[in-house]
Amino acid sequence: MAITEENPGYKWVGTRPIRPDGLEKVTGKAQFGADLMLPGMLFGKVVRSPHAHARIVSIDTTAAEAMVGVKAVITGSDFPDLAANGAHASDIDVANNAIAREKVLYEGHVVAAVAATTRDQAEAAAKAVEVTYEILPHVLTVDEAMAEGAPLLHEGMITKGVDPAPEEPSNVASKILHERGDLDQGFGEADVVVEREFTTKPVHQGYIEPHAAVADANSDGRAHIWCSSQGHFQMRAYSATVLGVSPGTLKVTAAEIGGGFGGKTVIYLEPLAVRLSQRAGRPVKLVMDRDEVFRATGPTSGTRIRVKMGVSQDGKITAAEVWMAYEAGAYSGSPVGAAGMTAIACYDIPNFVVEGYDVVCNKPRVAAYRAPGAPMAAFAVESVLDDLARDIGMDPIDIRLANAAVEGTQASYGPKFPRIGFVETLEAIKDHPNYTADLGPNQGRGVAAGFWFNAGMMSSATVHINENGTATVVTGSPDIGGSRQSMALMAAEELGIPYESIKAVVADTETVGFNDVTGGSRVTLATGAAVVDACRLIVEDLRARAAKTWDVEVDQVEWVDGQAQHVDGSQPPLSLSDLAAKSGRTGGPISANASLNSRGVGAGFSTQLCDVEVDPETGVTRVVRYLTAQDAGRAISPDYVEGQMQGGVVQGIGWALNEEYIHDQDGVMENPSFLDYRIPVASDLPMIDCAIVEVPNPAHPYGVRGVGEVGIVPPMAAVGNAINDAIDVRMTDLPMSPVRILEALTEQSD
Amino acid sequence: MAQVHFSAGLRDLTGGLAQVEIEATTVRRLVAALEEKFPGIGERLSDASSVAINGEIFTDAEYEPVDSDSEVHFLDIFQGG
Repeated sequence: MAITEENPGYKWVGTRPIRPDGLEKVTGKAQFGADLMLPGMLFGKVVRSPHAHARIVSIDTTAAEAMVGVKAVITGSDFPDLAANGAHASDIDVANNAIAREKVLYEGHVVAAVAATTRDQAEAAAKAVEVTYEILPHVLTVDEAMAEGAPLLHEGMITKGVDPAPEEPSNVASKILHERGDLDQGFGEADVVVEREFTTKPVHQGYIEPHAAVADANSDGRAHIWCSSQGHFQMRAYSATVLGVSPGTLKVTAAEIGGGFGGKTVIYLEPLAVRLSQRAGRPVKLVMDRDEVFRATGPTSGTRIRVKMGVSQDGKITAAEVWMAYEAGAYSGSPVGAAGMTAIACYDIPNFVVEGYDVVCNKPRVAAYRAPGAPMAAFAVESVLDDLARDIGMDPIDIRLANAAVEGTQASYGPKFPRIGFVETLEAIKDHPNYTADLGPNQGRGVAAGFWFNAGMMSSATVHINENGTATVVTGSPDIGGSRQSMALMAAEELGIPYESIKAVVADTETVGFNDVTGGSRVTLATGAAVVDACRLIVEDLRARAAKTWDVEVDQVEWVDGQAQHVDGSQPPLSLSDLAAKSGRTGGPISANASLNSRGVGAGFSTQLCDVEVDPETGVTRVVRYLTAQDAGRAISPDYVEGQMQGGVVQGIGWALNEEYIHDQDGVMENPSFLDYRIPVASDLPMIDCAIVEVPNPAHPYGVRGVGEVGIVPPMAAVGNAINDAIDVRMTDLPMSPVRILEALTEQSD
Repeated sequence: MAQVHFSAGLRDLTGGLAQVEIEATTVRRLVAALEEKFPGIGERLSDASSVAINGEIFTDAEYEPVDSDSEVHFLDIFQGG
């Protein structure tokens, strides 16, 4: 189901052609990060800390280096000491997370790496690296890290954003604060006030493809990296920083990517592979196994969040107070800033305080995960809003409509919203048959909403017209969600030629202009705008060539349906293939480049409806019906838009019901496999119904907003609200696993 | 003059002011004027990754124009996934 504000009559945009990468993926031809083989290539293995927090006393690589087949062994001392070089703190953290120098800060932290002729030799050599540790006390949660006298990860960390600045270091990296109005007055005007505290656990993005990198270093200092990432230009920049070289010495080729969801915006293996290759003089491949992915790459934050909200009897929210602490893992940089800005952004609330803390602890450094920071905050706020609606006897959609942000609303994070489609997503849910479908025994229904900014940033594109009139669209944005199709569809619309006549490719860092990372739901918006700009340059060129052919002024030529037409019809039309075939006579090859820093980002909203059935005997929750409504602005490729919407929901359901990092008392992760870390599979789920809402972003040529992230914001609250409706128990701790449901039911019966 | 709004986290540098009016033609000049008025705020603002001008969020706004009708907000750092 799609709700379209207007029908612009596009020929290709909004259609559902066969996905361009499908054939290679289903036949096994697609080259993912681990697939590349080079002549003489060595296999690498990383040595990781078994301790959550320890000082590195010594590393002895002698035995490993002497083993058969071993060609290189590296440690932190093989990389520049960025701290000693006065580098920016954030770059130092990137480098120290890639390979530890003085301390290890989490179980799985890299301390060394080896390269050998075979995998078995590399694994044996990794085990032979002798590391002596002085074990230090650790902290695993925000509660432990913020406690008085807690062991410190970084002895010099002074909390930012506090006035006056603290004199003593702590594990709190920074504080954020947003406030408006008068909180006391707001709660004084409320007829009902609800206050609750919530916790969420770290969860992983769960991409199917583990991280992989191949590096081939030359003796002249240059190196070529092939890797699976969400941004090979970013991998180049980070790797250059860690290696202490100019980015221009590194060429990075993007492999096909088996999922990222934010987690592949970070470097782990790339600089290690380059250094090993330099030491060995041969190409080196490094591939993580699933255990390493869990123990050493960034999940998203575990959190503790307190929410107090008040409403008047007519459903107007009079005040909101939110306190939140987000785990950053080993280095500062949790998404608490975004959490603070998104927590109540769906609503127009006159009085509020949102306070947040970025807290380091002895777990892997967190990485981005779809709408980073927003889902946890939404779980808390949307749960409390659901309670308030129940307390005043109001429909859960109606209470959201009564407070919904609209164009002109002063967002809780500052600026006024431009045209947005939140109300339309609420109405789409309310108008859908699922909203009034009958519920069975032990079943319940929940509603929740979410907001995400989306992003713009920098993109480049090149469009080539081939000699037969087909086109190649070249970008530098790794395709993690269907961007090759959306680029081709927009190019087809602009050029007026069939989608099948266009091939979209992702080029390496030396072949196309700079592109920021594929993240922030930005590629269809920003890289798409670059493609549109390049196509429009092509069309101008084609008009000029047709004018030259006809010996008329260019303003006598129009480009219509893929062909040049004289305005008075006095000339037979010239198709793109006609012009391409004779391009040598009219100026040479037909090609255009466009680069931009995208403007006009369109905010995304999603409202979701979940029906669950809770088994009171086992505590198992089954999702029986699910509907997601999301404002896409314009769905360039509806198949992929629905895929993004469904994917976000499914990941959110896993986050809600099963997923969590479990550590033992020594800070060692106990469930680093998909056997024990339970993500949803197809047989766990019903069809996720989608309602694409299209409220076009006026700043984009096709109205695109960005769709990849906001879909994961509402599910935990939607599921929790449905469980509450089913069994009258408010679950405040994630995951809402069978054990916790049974505990809650037992408490209720007591 | 442009209306410049400060989040609560910046108000320790503005003497508690939530909003000021600044005469400037670009964001860069606006930040320079703010630094003169509130010493130390320039560095903090440079740490903010985004600026919203009349509701539109920019990631690199240094040379973006502002005018007497502009409403400017400096936003906390956030990263997309």
